[in-house]
Amino acid sequence: MSLDTLIRLVYIVAAAAFVIGLHMMNSPATARRGNQVSAVGMAGAVVGTILLIASGSVTATGTLIWPIIAVGIVVGGGAGAYSARTVKMTAMPQLVSIFNAMGGGAAALVAIDEFVKAAGVGPHTLGTAEVVATVLDVVIGSVTFTGSLIAAGKLQGIVTGTPVKLPAGQAVNVVLAVVALVTALYLIFVGQILGVLVLLLVAALVFGVTMVLPIGGADMPVVISLLNAFTGTAVAMAGFVIDNPVLIIAGALVGASGGILTKLMADAMNRSIMNIIVGGFGTGDAVAGAAGTTPGAAGGAVRELTVDDAAIQLTYAQHVIIVPGYGLAVAQAQHATAELAGLLEERGVDVKYAIHPVAGRMPGHMNVLLAEANVPYPQLWEMEDINPEFQRADVALVLGANDVTNPAARSDPSSPIYGMPILDVDKAANIIVVKRSMRPGYAGIDNLLYADPKTGMLFGDAKDVLTQLIAAVKALQE
Amino acid sequence: MSLEQLLSSLTIFVLAILVGFEVISKVPATLHTPLMSGANSIHGIVLVGAMLIAAVANNPLSFVLSVVAVAFASMNVVGGYLVTDRMLEMFKKRPASGAARAGTGAGAGTGAGAGTGAGAGTGAGAGTGAGSKAAGSKAEA
Repeated sequence: MSLDTLIRLVYIVAAAAFVIGLHMMNSPATARRGNQVSAVGMAGAVVGTILLIASGSVTATGTLIWPIIAVGIVVGGGAGAYSARTVKMTAMPQLVSIFNAMGGGAAALVAIDEFVKAAGVGPHTLGTAEVVATVLDVVIGSVTFTGSLIAAGKLQGIVTGTPVKLPAGQAVNVVLAVVALVTALYLIFVGQILGVLVLLLVAALVFGVTMVLPIGGADMPVVISLLNAFTGTAVAMAGFVIDNPVLIIAGALVGASGGILTKLMADAMNRSIMNIIVGGFGTGDAVAGAAGTTPGAAGGAVRELTVDDAAIQLTYAQHVIIVPGYGLAVAQAQHATAELAGLLEERGVDVKYAIHPVAGRMPGHMNVLLAEANVPYPQLWEMEDINPEFQRADVALVLGANDVTNPAARSDPSSPIYGMPILDVDKAANIIVVKRSMRPGYAGIDNLLYADPKTGMLFGDAKDVLTQLIAAVKALQE
Repeated sequence: MSLEQLLSSLTIFVLAILVGFEVISKVPATLHTPLMSGANSIHGIVLVGAMLIAAVANNPLSFVLSVVAVAFASMNVVGGYLVTDRMLEMFKKRPASGAARAGTGAGAGTGAGAGTGAGAGTGAGAGTGAGSKAAGSKAEA
């Protein structure tokens, strides 16, 4: 058997490892091993390719092959390893977004390089299928590259998290789309001119920026998920360009997974993907109007608690449900939360965590943060399972969650979030809301929950308030 | 690319998409972030493509394009797998106090399934706690 055949078999094994690895990530018990299976498949494919090039089984006419590969792997791999090991778990979504940008950028570069090489030979060297794949790869890969970087910037706070309304944003996007379409058609039907590809590239890069900038920070999970799917598709296209099946399989797998995940996320927020991309809450006039009318109904009647009141309520409760949200992630209060929960459990209080599907910054992000703080997995309850429990709860402790607890989603058809699945926090006997201010949440509407007579508010940074609560609970025990 | 090759590539592409839908749609919401991160590392396979273009790079522009492509893709692969592993490691970590707490939680939790109860019950030590926790959640599912 020739080395070439052997490596092709290795590629098949790698593709199988990706599928099996993803499948094993279905369950918490096998997830880690699944990721390792996938990593082994990846290592096999990479080492196999190096052997393939070294043996001369593929055309290896390059003059700087090994320096390029060595420098690239050392620099890129080193940067990846360093950032992955040192990143704080709260900053992890933006790191994933950056890795995603890298993948999209690499996919676009592969196609650009193939095009450059072919263009050096003559203007009509690539077949139509290759040109179509190249065009799609460059467009999708470039949009992903800049889009993911902007998304990471928004999560990190370098780029403002509030939706940025570009002057004449729609007009800019229309111009970019027209430029992309015309250049793409030119490349496919007229001639493979490098300058035209550069024009297409620039239009796609700018579009990545203008696409993500107008989207608010709270929608970033959906956007990252979507961009992840984009990268998968771009990699599959790169597979068509260089005729490599393992790229096609892996890319298509990721394209499908990202697509499913994006849909699940959008469903959980009762919004369509289009709605998010076009820019929904916080940008439209209709929402501003709704925000203007609700304070009359909700405002005024808010009850503020002292830390000691809250500590007493929590300590003498039997069932407490903690509802963590975006605010907890921002304040990095997961360890304080787990400490408070531990103290309460020592007193015999039953503590559960209610996890809304879109709590945090990425799907499942809240679970990761709480796992980091050593919260036992069985205490994390998903929305459908925990909702019937709220009526039995003595206290619901809401930590920096807002729109996902707003009963208006159930009761007020005129509310912009009407129909969104929410946690039934209002069914609990007592509700304690820890919140920085009365500022409305991302959806720009007031939360009816806060006006509920059962609700007491604790204003302040989630971490500070929790630290005070822990001290107060400890004081009660002495 | 011949028509033959194109058709077989398209076949692979379409089937891989369908496999992706099937494999993914069963993952619980809890694992969505690790899943996204894991899928993110898989598209780092573009590293193979980046190395293959480096193998035929023989002019300065191609040198630059391929070295950047290899670096980007390596960062995607190495960083992606490591950060996913870090996330998943945390789901398994069960220090002694954690296991004890899991016992209380499952014992008091009215809605906790039998599988979880059994898992926490045997999980006296830290090591067995992790193992039985895994068994418990499996039984629950």
